[in-house]
Amino acid sequence: MLTIKNLRAGIEGKEIIKGFNLEVKAGEVHAIMGPNGSGKSTLSNVLAGREDYIVSGGEVSFNGKNLLDMSPEVRAREGLFLAFQYPIEIPGVSNINFLKTAINEIRAYKGIGPMEAKDFLKLIKEKQALVELQGSLAGRSVNEGFSGGEKKRNEIFQMAVLEPTLAILDETDSGLDIDALRIVANGVNKLRSENRSFIVITHYQRLLDYIVPDFVHVLYDGVIVKSGGKELALELEEKGYDWIKKEVVEA
Amino acid sequence: MITAEKISSTDKLVSDFEAVKKTLPGNSFVQSIRQKAIESFSALGIPARENEEYKYSNVQKLFSEAVTLSVVEMTLSKISIDKYLIPNLDAHIIVLINGFLSEELSLLKNLEKSVVVSSLQKAFEKHSEFIERHFSTCADINSDAFIALNTAYASDGVFINVPDNTVVEKPIHIINIIAAKESTFFFPRNLFVVGKSAQVQLVETFETHDLPVKAISTSVTEIAINENAKVQYYRLQNDCGNGQQINTVSASQQKNSHFDTNTVTLSGGWVRNNLNIALNGENCESHLNGLFITSDTQHVDNHTLVDHRKPHCESNQTYKGILDGKSTGIFNGKIFVQRDAQKTNAYQSSKNILLSDDATINAKPQLEIYADDVKCSHGSSTGKIDEDALFYLRARGLGIESARKLLLHAFVNDVMQTIRINALRDYLETLIHKKLGE
Ligand SMILES: Nc1ncnc2c1ncn2[C@@H]1O[C@H](COP(=O)(O)OP(=O)(O)OP(=O)(O)O)[C@@H](O)[C@H]1O
Ligand SMILES: [Mg+2]
Repeated sequence: MLTIKNLRAGIEGKEIIKGFNLEVKAGEVHAIMGPNGSGKSTLSNVLAGREDYIVSGGEVSFNGKNLLDMSPEVRAREGLFLAFQYPIEIPGVSNINFLKTAINEIRAYKGIGPMEAKDFLKLIKEKQALVELQGSLAGRSVNEGFSGGEKKRNEIFQMAVLEPTLAILDETDSGLDIDALRIVANGVNKLRSENRSFIVITHYQRLLDYIVPDFVHVLYDGVIVKSGGKELALELEEKGYDWIKKEVVEA
Repeated sequence: MITAEKISSTDKLVSDFEAVKKTLPGNSFVQSIRQKAIESFSALGIPARENEEYKYSNVQKLFSEAVTLSVVEMTLSKISIDKYLIPNLDAHIIVLINGFLSEELSLLKNLEKSVVVSSLQKAFEKHSEFIERHFSTCADINSDAFIALNTAYASDGVFINVPDNTVVEKPIHIINIIAAKESTFFFPRNLFVVGKSAQVQLVETFETHDLPVKAISTSVTEIAINENAKVQYYRLQNDCGNGQQINTVSASQQKNSHFDTNTVTLSGGWVRNNLNIALNGENCESHLNGLFITSDTQHVDNHTLVDHRKPHCESNQTYKGILDGKSTGIFNGKIFVQRDAQKTNAYQSSKNILLSDDATINAKPQLEIYADDVKCSHGSSTGKIDEDALFYLRARGLGIESARKLLLHAFVNDVMQTIRINALRDYLETLIHKKLGE
């Protein structure tokens, strides 16, 4: 589904992603962990197509197509979704209204006509229930005045509505209370399927108790320095990152 | 018949007045006001660039080209006004052609009997008691050259009187159409008197009809709002093409009255709007909202003045601008709080988005406060479209154009929500959508 080869990218003349490789197959869940500032959000933004980031090398193919050639909206229409680490507030743009536009533009891209109003409302209701998002939040302006946790939940709600094939969750668990964490994780689990993949970025192995990953990778200074199964997350929780940093230095 | 004179300067306008004054309507009371007005205009002169009030709007240049003076009605052979109507707006229609009321084209359907709607010329004859009480009382001839000039030359316009305790059920839609074959200069003049506890909604649209040349219109609208009255006044400057306008609206509010006004400018080469509100009684409320969306070389200048003269009044201003191309926008908002006006609440905000590097905005708040127990605030911001928000929407699959439109619509949304006539708001939404799609 997603193949990243030797990706190099940076911002404002500073290289942050320094030769990154990853292969995500359909249906897989990959967790990416790593110390603050190691480049996790940068990677997410580069994959989503943020234009401030400059790609200086490497290749990314998404379902056989060159992802790096696509505009952000085309990436989304091709099935890529990024749940932002810091979702922004957009006053005056209603959640529902913009999701409707998004769905219809994605459909138009695929050559399908606009969704019927009643089908759309049904979809919204269903997905709201999935992430237990209050109805009033869905009707409000995008993230405006939402609490930190509500914003994260809204990201997962949007993901559920848009039904991407590859979802990148950038620290969606940060700032969630225990119940919300469980709800969000359940939402993700319900969306797991053999043709949908996830890249879950997190600092805490707790999330991985709920969303059990197939692989865990450690990103350090712009490259993956260690990969393993879900046990790696437990090991990191216990020992921190120092031993890995040491391994990198020694190598 | 057209009285035509080439004009170009203050002196010429003053001497031309001598020539045409006998043809201008109104009794001796009106004539004596005209005389004072031309003297004031002569003293004030067409504002020079050094004049702070006209610093960013070069009116001298506007007047430097010779134009024809029009003080007598020009008949326009049957035009259809259908395209100037607002879809689904059930309203009384008043049509002004070059500032002259056209009875033929106007349509008052079941207007409340006590309400008077007539041309200003007729009102000079038939309603002299109102004219003598209100004409030239809201718009001060000594405060601005164009108020003085318009008062001297005022040839026609609409007079509306809503008597005490009368609620006009349907909105009154005034359609201003400018049509001229040669460069012309017009002086429309309106007077609205709203009685105690009366209510009315006024919608004014500005259009052009087949205007191959430049036309300058200096209009003045006076609104006398009596105790407890509620007035909504919406102005839409839409298809103004070659029309160049210097519009002044001067309202005077008596106690417990409400005045809501919206000024929306979408097209028009060169527009200056002066909006003056005097709060002459306690417990008044005024809401001044404005929106301008400009492109090409458009020039839109909004000057507001809210004069708090009595205690316990509230004024609220929100002006928003979206500027593209090489257009220029100006917002100058003055708030005076006089010594007596304790417990005043005055708020002002001006927010602008520049869509191009060549567009400019000059936003200037001016607060002069002489009372000590007041709440006043003002804010002004100018920026580009929010790139983070744009990316967020695109990352959800919205194309760049629809994402931009959505954000710009969101930006103007709060001003749009202050328009309380649904059909008008829908119509504006359509026009704005079209304008932003250009
Ligand atoms: N716009 C920018 N300008 C300059 N440096 C930047 C910019 N954005 C990110 N960086 C730098 O790039 C590095 C990687 O940042 P990034 O946000 O990708 O880290 P992260 O792994 O997501 O960290 P965290 O765990 O704290 O979220 C950091 O050193 C950061 O300061
Ligand atoms: Mg991050």
